[in-house]
Amino acid sequence: MKLITAIIKPFKLDDVKAALKAMTVEGMTVTSVEGFGRQGGHTEMYRGAEYQIDFIPKIKIEAVVADHDVTRVVEAIVEAARTDKIGDGKVWITPVEGIVRIRTGERDDDAI
Amino acid sequence: MDSGNVTWILVSGALVLFMTPGLAFFYGGMVRSKNVLNMLMMNFWCILVVPLLWVVVGYSLSFNGSGSVLGNFGRAFGRGFDFGGIEPAVMIFLATFAAITPALISGAVADRMKFAAWAIFVPIWSLLVYVPVTYWVFAPNGWLKARGSLDFAGGTAIHVNAGIAALAVILVLGKRKGWPRDGAPPHSMPLVMLGTGILWFGWFGFNAGSALAANGVAVQAFINTFLAASAAGLAWALVERIRNGHFTNLGVASGIVAGLVAITPGCGYVTSMSAIAIGLIAGVVCSVAIGMKFKFGFDDSLDVIGVHLVGGLVGSLLIGFFADPKGLGFDFAPGLFFGGNLHLLGEQALANGVTMAYSFVVTFAIAKALNATMGIRVTADRESEGLDVTEHVETAYNNSERTMGRSH
Repeated sequence: MKLITAIIKPFKLDDVKAALKAMTVEGMTVTSVEGFGRQGGHTEMYRGAEYQIDFIPKIKIEAVVADHDVTRVVEAIVEAARTDKIGDGKVWITPVEGIVRIRTGERDDDAI
Repeated sequence: MDSGNVTWILVSGALVLFMTPGLAFFYGGMVRSKNVLNMLMMNFWCILVVPLLWVVVGYSLSFNGSGSVLGNFGRAFGRGFDFGGIEPAVMIFLATFAAITPALISGAVADRMKFAAWAIFVPIWSLLVYVPVTYWVFAPNGWLKARGSLDFAGGTAIHVNAGIAALAVILVLGKRKGWPRDGAPPHSMPLVMLGTGILWFGWFGFNAGSALAANGVAVQAFINTFLAASAAGLAWALVERIRNGHFTNLGVASGIVAGLVAITPGCGYVTSMSAIAIGLIAGVVCSVAIGMKFKFGFDDSLDVIGVHLVGGLVGSLLIGFFADPKGLGFDFAPGLFFGGNLHLLGEQALANGVTMAYSFVVTFAIAKALNATMGIRVTADRESEGLDVTEHVETAYNNSERTMGRSH
């Protein structure tokens, strides 16, 4: 079992969701986040003063998948989220030691 | 000078001015949070630019003259007024009408119009479309008014006019990216409801103020404005309950606005029970009409056409049935249900037909010209990132913990 975490551009969420649904990923958790990477921020202007905004809005997607699904899920996210411009985000993979589905008590791969 | 009348006209002017921020929040709540400031700015822009234009030349060309097509410059630059009478109060009261009319169009172009293009579109449209149509419909010698059509507070000159203009602009502007496959849910329904309340409040000035006197006509218009909005909100809510199983806030808000639009042309010509009927009809018709955009494939983001064009037409044509001079004790042509013949209905249809044809053609030409010169649509990247940051370098809802470094 692996946890796949992706940081993407907010307007790409629908495309990524559609791609994962199409490959029957059972669920995902989505969070609005702010951060910075190589893209840097942007400037905003309030009463004539220009401000550098370092943290820009992104979407974080988390999904736990079975080991044999990891490659194709990651590829689908990368494909769907890519605009070829700076700031497209990152995907990383983390090992998961165990899962429990609260309603049924099912464990690990059965709980995905 | 009748101080009661002048007081009511000035108070009504302030009420109607408040409608534009109300409209801004009504629309602003419905767009995504990345575009809300752009929506507010499009509306506020209208109350910056149009009142200046109105006092400089707009009012004079819209109301002052003896011709049948257009006024003259007799009241231009705020000159020529008798401050012992009500005319200057009426002039500034009407500035708020001129301002909110192009603002109505902003709901259709939401999420994708270049702000610089909107900034220039508003004054040009006001001069080339709003001014002449207003003269035809409202000026004492205007040809549509002289023929016998009735428009108490602006069903034809304002709502039908802005509604059809919205269609012309979005045909040039094109659909939003992803529409109709992807929808854009309202980012703040509470803002929509607040905006609806402000619109309703201001609309008493719009309709009852259009009596231009503190008299019985104003009272009847006030009552009708209240009843039609309630009836239409109720009708839309019931349609949704029957069709979809729920009463929704957005349905109620849309119904209220549809009812306000529909009673606008007839509010001084119909009795209270007719106002309820007009509201109920408008609520049902508009709740169905907003589906047109999916059928015909035009991306009217916030249903300006379904609510303002259709609601305005419904209300204006229903005057041909419900106008009741005997019931109100005033002097104007009766509708079909109250002893009239088809003549009034025919004039209502003609006035709206002419307005739609003229407004559509000229607005389409303005939009085409702006598109050919400066472009009216933002780039795809800016549309994706949102217009607040890309067009206005501001963010509506900042994380309160975020600090910003000064660049200079």
